[in-house]
Amino acid sequence: MTARTASLWQFRQPSVIPGFGLALGVTLSWLILIILIPLSGLAWRSSALGWSTFWALATDQRTVNALRISFGTAFVAALINVVFGVILAWVLVRYRFPGKRIIDAMVDLPFALPTAVAGIALTTLYAPNGWIGSLLAPLGIKIAFTPIGIVFALVFVGLPFVVRTVQPIMEEIDKEVEEAAATLGANRFQTISRVLLPGLAPAVLTGFALAFARGVGEYGSVIFIAGNLPYISEIAPLLIVIRLEEFNYPAATAIAAIMLMISFVMLLIINTIQAWSRRRYGYGA
Amino acid sequence: MEVRVQNIRKEFGRFPALNDVSLDIRSGELIALLGPSGSGKTTLLRLIAGLESPTEGTVYFGNEDASRKSVQQRNIGFVFQHYALFRHMTVLDNVSFGLTIRPSGRRPSKADIRQRALELLDLVQLSGLEKRYPAQLSGGQRQRVALARAMAVEPNVLLLDEPFGALDAQVRKELRRWLREIHDRTGHTTVFVTHDQDEALELADRVVVMSKGQIEQIGTPDEIYDTPNSPFVFGFIGQSNILPVRVENGQLWIADRSIGVSAQGEPDGPAQLYFRPHDIELLDGNGGCIAGLVTVTRRVAGTRHVELDIGGANSRVEIELPPEKVTSDHSRVAFRPTRWKLFRD
Repeated sequence: MTARTASLWQFRQPSVIPGFGLALGVTLSWLILIILIPLSGLAWRSSALGWSTFWALATDQRTVNALRISFGTAFVAALINVVFGVILAWVLVRYRFPGKRIIDAMVDLPFALPTAVAGIALTTLYAPNGWIGSLLAPLGIKIAFTPIGIVFALVFVGLPFVVRTVQPIMEEIDKEVEEAAATLGANRFQTISRVLLPGLAPAVLTGFALAFARGVGEYGSVIFIAGNLPYISEIAPLLIVIRLEEFNYPAATAIAAIMLMISFVMLLIINTIQAWSRRRYGYGA
Repeated sequence: MEVRVQNIRKEFGRFPALNDVSLDIRSGELIALLGPSGSGKTTLLRLIAGLESPTEGTVYFGNEDASRKSVQQRNIGFVFQHYALFRHMTVLDNVSFGLTIRPSGRRPSKADIRQRALELLDLVQLSGLEKRYPAQLSGGQRQRVALARAMAVEPNVLLLDEPFGALDAQVRKELRRWLREIHDRTGHTTVFVTHDQDEALELADRVVVMSKGQIEQIGTPDEIYDTPNSPFVFGFIGQSNILPVRVENGQLWIADRSIGVSAQGEPDGPAQLYFRPHDIELLDGNGGCIAGLVTVTRRVAGTRHVELDIGGANSRVEIELPPEKVTSDHSRVAFRPTRWKLFRD
């Protein structure tokens, strides 16, 4: 009997760490309860639509534009966050200065603040009659109520994801690695671009993925600053809410299913790249 | 290239790490900086490299004042204790790095760089591993990659900071012999830091013994071991016994007994007698010797270590006897140092 069980459960190696069965059981049940059941509900509802209906809803111009704005702004915001998040993490890891702890704590604020508050604050600043918006308005630059405004809001909510994933890896960088590059003749720019940044790539990629995913799903802060003009600055999550309020459940379901698929594929790609680079460079286990 | 360190002083904050250190390193020499931790040996190495700048003093590479040059301009090879390899690069890319980052005017062609890196990997016996990443290598292999990387830039001087410190004893011994071979073959002027006296004595042409930010003695391994010129060097290198003695009319006395050692030319007065456990002769008599009772005996490889209690304060000595000489506890052993040195406070 034991032999049979062993052949059935070959992936389960005998181990000195007990509790694999229990831990895996809990993990799977939890995943099913929290993620899989709601998502399969979504898939089931959208599959009930039938392919032609689904396609018609999916290719509706307003839906396409909303999806494009959602993913586009999230992508741009995640890119911006990667650049400035890495610099910010660098400053926090490398330098000592008065107020460092305060800045370090401030990075987490977007995690804690209700996003609607952030959205309203940003809108007040960047609206054509706001502090910053009124300075930019004469130059013909409009931020609030345009996709640029959406990017601003998403940069705000996504920043801590990049900083907090890159920071611990940066702290692990040995000073000796930089010194080694210098002894070999590398100037500062070469050391950063060829030694430090490539070493950080897996962490940066994780931070990017998290900030991007957060940006795609963000609702609270965006709806205040976006202006929500259909076809121009209307994000997909908002369109879902609008469809729901119209009792147009099939359309809401279809948009949600498309968002789910795109997000899943993108995250899968990013995670694969990241796992590959991690394995190669020997980070982590 | 010869390297001269002149009157270097280095302070970290107000803590002096090096105090007026001067050292001439000849071209092609393999030299060891040996000392306990905190003796300033690593600081001296980093000053030569340009990774630290001296508070005072000058470093010359040949006749050129290198002190004003940055670490990048000095063209040195530096090997770190913990390898400091670039872990996102293959072994080949690690070794090529120093050449690929040169400005285009001084950069060899891609094929030449590859050729040179492969030659170096062959020299450090890592042929066939050029596509691996550092994470896929053992500690000894990583250190050899680090050495190949440092040698790729044809450095003026090769500097190694405790290169074998993180490796286990077996690998360490192997790499030691192998480093000597590489040095003899390539002829790079090489300075390495170690706290392991065996490593320094076995490997180096000359050993620089350092303590408390100063150089205690510079000499060949023989000179350092046979004629240490300070109590510190005597105590730090190899085993030693220290006994308080008195010089009277050219004879050495312990308490009221003459120990049969003549010290002609030494002024009268108290002194410390230093001798090594194996530099002794056994005696049978009662007079003119140091005698004591055996407290502990230990067999260490090819010799027998015997601890004696010779009475009086500070009276433990250890001597080495041939293994066939069996001594029982509390038996009496008499001996006289054949090679010794006196130091006075």
